[in-house]
Amino acid sequence: MATLEFVARRLVWAVFVILGIIIVNFILLRLAPGDPAAIMAGQAGATDEQYIAQLRAQFGLDRPLHVQLYTYIFDVARLDLGFSARQQVPVADLIFQRMPATLLLTGVAFLFSLGVGILLGALASRRAGGWADSFITVLALAAYATPIYWLGLMLILLFSVWLGWLPAYGMATIGGGAGGLAYSLDVARHLLMPALTLGLFYMAVYARLTRASMLEVQDQDFVKTAKAKGLPDWRITRAHVLRNAVLPVISYAGFQAGHLVGGAVLVETVFGWPGIGRLAFDALLQRDYNLLLGVFLFTAIMVIVFNIITDIVYTLVDPRIEVGR
Amino acid sequence: MTDRDARLLSIQDLTVALPAAAERAHAVENISFDLSHGEILCVVGESGSGKSVTAQAVMGLLPATLKPTSGKILFGDEDMLKLSESRLRRIRGERISMIFQEPMTALNPLMRVGDQISEMLQFHGMGSRRRRQARVLELLEAVQLPDPPAMMTAYPFQLSGGQRQRVMIAMALALDPAILIADEPTTALDVTTQAEVLGLIKALQAERAMGVMFITHDFGVVAEIADRVAVMQHGRTVEIGAAQEVLNHPKADYTQRLIAAVPGLTPPEALPFTEREPIFEARALEKIYRSSRGFFRGKREVVAAKDVSFVIRAGETLGLVGESGSGKTTVGRCVVRLVDSDSGELLFSGQDIAALKGNALLPMRRNVQMVFQDPYASLNPRRKVAKIIAEGPRAQGVPRREAMDRAFELLELVGLGRSAGERYPHEFSGGQRQRIGIARALALRPKLLVADEPVSALDVSVQAQVLDLLDELRRKLDLSMLFITHDLRVAAQVCDSIAVMRLGEIVEYGPTGKVFADPQHAYTRQLLDAIPGKGWRGPQQAA
Repeated sequence: MATLEFVARRLVWAVFVILGIIIVNFILLRLAPGDPAAIMAGQAGATDEQYIAQLRAQFGLDRPLHVQLYTYIFDVARLDLGFSARQQVPVADLIFQRMPATLLLTGVAFLFSLGVGILLGALASRRAGGWADSFITVLALAAYATPIYWLGLMLILLFSVWLGWLPAYGMATIGGGAGGLAYSLDVARHLLMPALTLGLFYMAVYARLTRASMLEVQDQDFVKTAKAKGLPDWRITRAHVLRNAVLPVISYAGFQAGHLVGGAVLVETVFGWPGIGRLAFDALLQRDYNLLLGVFLFTAIMVIVFNIITDIVYTLVDPRIEVGR
Repeated sequence: MTDRDARLLSIQDLTVALPAAAERAHAVENISFDLSHGEILCVVGESGSGKSVTAQAVMGLLPATLKPTSGKILFGDEDMLKLSESRLRRIRGERISMIFQEPMTALNPLMRVGDQISEMLQFHGMGSRRRRQARVLELLEAVQLPDPPAMMTAYPFQLSGGQRQRVMIAMALALDPAILIADEPTTALDVTTQAEVLGLIKALQAERAMGVMFITHDFGVVAEIADRVAVMQHGRTVEIGAAQEVLNHPKADYTQRLIAAVPGLTPPEALPFTEREPIFEARALEKIYRSSRGFFRGKREVVAAKDVSFVIRAGETLGLVGESGSGKTTVGRCVVRLVDSDSGELLFSGQDIAALKGNALLPMRRNVQMVFQDPYASLNPRRKVAKIIAEGPRAQGVPRREAMDRAFELLELVGLGRSAGERYPHEFSGGQRQRIGIARALALRPKLLVADEPVSALDVSVQAQVLDLLDELRRKLDLSMLFITHDLRVAAQVCDSIAVMRLGEIVEYGPTGKVFADPQHAYTRQLLDAIPGKGWRGPQQAA
């Protein structure tokens, strides 16, 4: 089957891509000043050279760089991401522990931005230049141009500090009940602001994409045919215009989906969301090489997987496209 | 039902205003004509004559920028211009339906063919899915599509242009409309496909006693199917009458000019070229396009040229004739070396140019030049015309001054005048742009001109002018030409000899007069038979 063959070929490619990513990330990280041993020693208040050297030996940091790289690649090939130097826990455990929180946040933001974005774009295109169009365009532009952390801070200020409606920090109320519906509601209340903050940017992107694409499709011949068939407007918009207009949106959505698992460093940090983004951020501050490399690797794999999925989705939506080279 | 006098549709004094900034005030002005039961009325005109606007007005589908300002379009006792949107929607598709010019774009690319027809039945109230399916099958059969059940689930991209147009016709006929409006439905089709589709429309029309309003620019098509003809120019009807009357005894000046511009099918007396030296020769030219489809499946191969051989003598025009996909354009591109051939020789004055590369090509470029089909896409919109023309000589090392002077001279030669050089391409009409394209090709004083469908994008009257210009130039400059065309009428007029191509091979090759009078290959005969209006010889002969 063509699709299986396509996936197989892309996976073979992916191995090389991932290898390249590991090497580049590995070297980039080592370019940053300081290493985990120095930082741990510094935090422990010890400046004893011997202690640091001992730590380095313990983490294998005293060996030549290319040997370390080689060892790392070899470990990864055996699906071993190593230990976090700081937390003394396997890196894979840390990542999987944080993943649900990140997926919840990014997934909700993804669905929100895609759904609302396409809806707004379609509405705006119905009467280009009308008041609804102007309003949506301005809204999209504002969402597009607003820095994400600033928006997050303003939301916190408004809804948490002034109005006191929503919690500003974390994923669940500490000490809250652990069970059932109450817990879900609690998480949902915590989720609202970060998801909105994260989704608004992409929502703006989708709204603009959809609008432009709809306007283009509206002028095409088959829409004229649909009108000449005597179809009602809503049917023309939905079955003929929107279906064709949504194609470019899909490629962008695939791009966004690839970044879902990488988390959102800024939003997770602003809202104290315990996801992978913050894990990576903390690991960076502590020069926790293995953990950071693990997060990067994991993210890269997800991007590749979602790219393949996007290509396949494309062939499902558009029969003209064959998965090929 | 066969009451021929009963008026089905009556357009009375219709005027549609153009937006304020347009070059004329009205898209159509005071036009009136009727369409009767069981009649095919051809509305003929060149681009901008208002024929499509008329059709859109009848459907109630005018773009928002065009407003009907006076007149009536009576369908039964209802005025289409006054009906509510919902009433119009009922009429569209159910009572009046329409097919369009571009079968490639007129169907939704993401929807199965059967669903596109079925959707129409559904929204006009045919509730049961089973009944819709049955009706779709019946329709696909009626338009003679092969394997209707498979067609139902096919997507438009899997169909050829002719098949798509049949689907459009099936869709238009789905609800047995009283009127079919066909807006240039065969213009984008190959000549043999066109003949089939015209035959189909005519047969279905007769069977259902429909009134057909057939919009076209092609008098050959008119001669083929029209009962009555309305000729339009600049938004007015200049002549209306029975087809035989208008075709053979046109009264209005404009109609006479239009008909005179239709190239005749009798080739001019062949010139004695045989004694002149060959300037270009192709020997066993071959080009196959291959695309890889993956590890396990075979490569897709398209044979664009196979064992193609021909000779062009000094001063001769060789016509390369064929339908789309015949490989004629590929051969032309190999000759100017825009495409690399796989094997074979291309001899220009005895030298093989097929294998030349890089700088070695430069002298050859001077000798062989090309005129392209689309006068809109083939000129750089951001450069002034004189610069476009001078670009070739500049690349060949001609000093700037001299190249520019030559450019202005050429503009005079092609009848545009020197002032044209300081303007941009978008300021010119299609015919004028094609003149610029010719001037550009001539700038290098080529000995061989490859003209790829140079007039197919132009209106008939403009086409005649450009053909005259080419003829004049070839005499004046002793040019040889490889003239690529799908239009046998044009070929008959322009070419000294003709090579008929089919699926990458030349199936017949000989002097034009001989090919037309006594075609040897079955495919040539089929092509000649398919020429619309072949029986019509124009007013001169009929008089």
